[in-house]
Amino acid sequence: MSFLEILYFIVPSAIFYAAPLILVAIGGVFSERSGVVNIGLEGLMVIGAFVGILFNLLFADTFGGMTPWLALIAAMVAALLLSLLHAVASISFRADQVVSGVAINLLAIALALYLVKSIFDKGQTDFISERFARYNVPVLSEIPVIGPLFFTSVYNTSFFAIGVAFLAWFVIYKTPFGLRLRAVGEHPMAADTMGINVARMRYVAVMISGALAGIGGAIYAQTITGDFGHATINGQGFMALAAMIFGKWHPLGAMGAALFFGFAQSLSIVGSSIPYIQEIPNVFLLILPYVLTIFALAGFIGRANAPKANGKPYIKGQR
Amino acid sequence: MSNRATNLLVPIVSVVLGLIVGAIIMLVSGYSPIEGYAALWNGIFGDLYTIGETLRQITPYLLAGLAVAFAFRSGLFNIGVEGQLIVGWFAAAYVGVAVELPKIIHLPLAILAAAVAGALWGFVPGLLKAKFRVHEVIVTIMMNYIALHVTNALIRTVSEGGDRTERIFASASLRSEFLENLTEFSRLHLGLLLALIMVAVMWFILEKTTLGFELKAVGFNQHASEYAGMNVNKNIIMAMVISGAFAGLAGAMEALGTFEYVSSKGGFTGIGFDGIAVALLGMNTPLGVVFGATLFGSLKYGALNMPNAAGIPIEIVEIVIAVIIFFVASGYIIRLLLLRAAGKKKEAK
Repeated sequence: MSFLEILYFIVPSAIFYAAPLILVAIGGVFSERSGVVNIGLEGLMVIGAFVGILFNLLFADTFGGMTPWLALIAAMVAALLLSLLHAVASISFRADQVVSGVAINLLAIALALYLVKSIFDKGQTDFISERFARYNVPVLSEIPVIGPLFFTSVYNTSFFAIGVAFLAWFVIYKTPFGLRLRAVGEHPMAADTMGINVARMRYVAVMISGALAGIGGAIYAQTITGDFGHATINGQGFMALAAMIFGKWHPLGAMGAALFFGFAQSLSIVGSSIPYIQEIPNVFLLILPYVLTIFALAGFIGRANAPKANGKPYIKGQR
Repeated sequence: MSNRATNLLVPIVSVVLGLIVGAIIMLVSGYSPIEGYAALWNGIFGDLYTIGETLRQITPYLLAGLAVAFAFRSGLFNIGVEGQLIVGWFAAAYVGVAVELPKIIHLPLAILAAAVAGALWGFVPGLLKAKFRVHEVIVTIMMNYIALHVTNALIRTVSEGGDRTERIFASASLRSEFLENLTEFSRLHLGLLLALIMVAVMWFILEKTTLGFELKAVGFNQHASEYAGMNVNKNIIMAMVISGAFAGLAGAMEALGTFEYVSSKGGFTGIGFDGIAVALLGMNTPLGVVFGATLFGSLKYGALNMPNAAGIPIEIVEIVIAVIIFFVASGYIIRLLLLRAAGKKKEAK
């Protein structure tokens, strides 16, 4: 296998694994930029995956090829509602945001499995019939090198995820809304003094993170696993959290990190059939994203600074 | 109402609310909550065997709860109990199968190995927090996944490609014929005693030693502790190391008592995350952890009876536990409501 052939093999699968990570990591960026730590991304993804699969199974006959896309909307709404619970606890009830996030994770997987068992009478759902389809982008896939790397047998969801990342960058850095979002996360009291409604900004941010995490979960389930069970998401949400930190709380950074982690994940899965890489024990590829995140946090790979007010409930009038 | 009374009421109200939410969910999804909770009750206290198994389930919860609570007292949030437990589990099982020694040496050695492994896994986030001010929550989450993948790889190496180790030698086992006979041959083992001793150890460290005083001081206010001449960095590392050691011991309970081997895992055991619930409910005190572990360990084991006896998925209990955590975490609002209710009573008088 030549080097280029190896790339043709790995890069598409890396992008394919990265798409859900990108969306969920961007969700995390919104929430944490507003000052709300969201450990619950994993749980929000779980609910997204479950609702996505459920919708797909129920309505595949009605909507045909459109089903996976409509399932994304259903998943988005479900995860958004669940994220409201996190928002209420951590913004209005001043709960410890990490604890509330842990509760979201426990609740999501328990609720999803409870419903799976109630509805299907077994531990996992059936397999969906309508999946996202791979296709070759016309014209672009004919370009040498770039064509086979980026435009052959791709999912539309990958382009969607990358589009969302750029949109998020625009929203966070180029709009008044984004400025307010960042202000609320850095110094809520100053923002409050300037007439910004801190609680409302944070609610909106957490809801955006819920919506994106739900979509990410549904994409993961509908492209990679095809059904829903207890191990469907299995840490993808935490991986996205890692990508968000590795990307230094910046939407495009998070996208880059998610692509890189997707690369590591796909290597650990397809690596066994690639020369040189098959010599590396699988475990190193599996732990790579986590180890890198720790290094990034320790400042070995540039300094990663969290938004200043991240994780602190804002209490009016308190200095 | 006194502050102390409200503090005690918050967990109780949370548990009651959690059970009510569980009942509503059962009702909405077409099950009978009465049947469900009856099955749960019987799953916990049905006969001597189930009581033995319930106690067996409580054992690792005690230690996981202690681990989370100990770190909390020093102002650290150890979400990494899960990973520390997994490496402890592996280390104990490895010592259990690798050598055969007289029991008096072998068993303590295996237990010690688990504690050291857990402590090492806690040392890394502690060091990073102390030296680089890296938030321990993220590092411990990452360490959980590293633990999961690394132990799975090690198990494959040790078992030469298999997915579980041999059974440990009897000389490293915590099993006790006396306890088994007492409880109609449940898997209840001597680890429960060890866990209770550790509860006392945590109380002793926190209340009776200089180290404990400094740890608590750092938990209350780092700057004040530093000003008072305490070495904050050393205390942060010590807190994580001791917390990790407790978590490692929880792993030893599974390795040397319940299972007597270690198998590779597709996901987490969940004990470490439930440890957070245990510690929160117990308000991070040793005695509180005993109550928290008893409640959650019982719920968890009793739930196994629900599918058979009432046809209800066991996950209902996990939902209840998650809801309880929510309410405990939102203690501010419960406290506010309790105070209002108390205020109204006063007015009525």
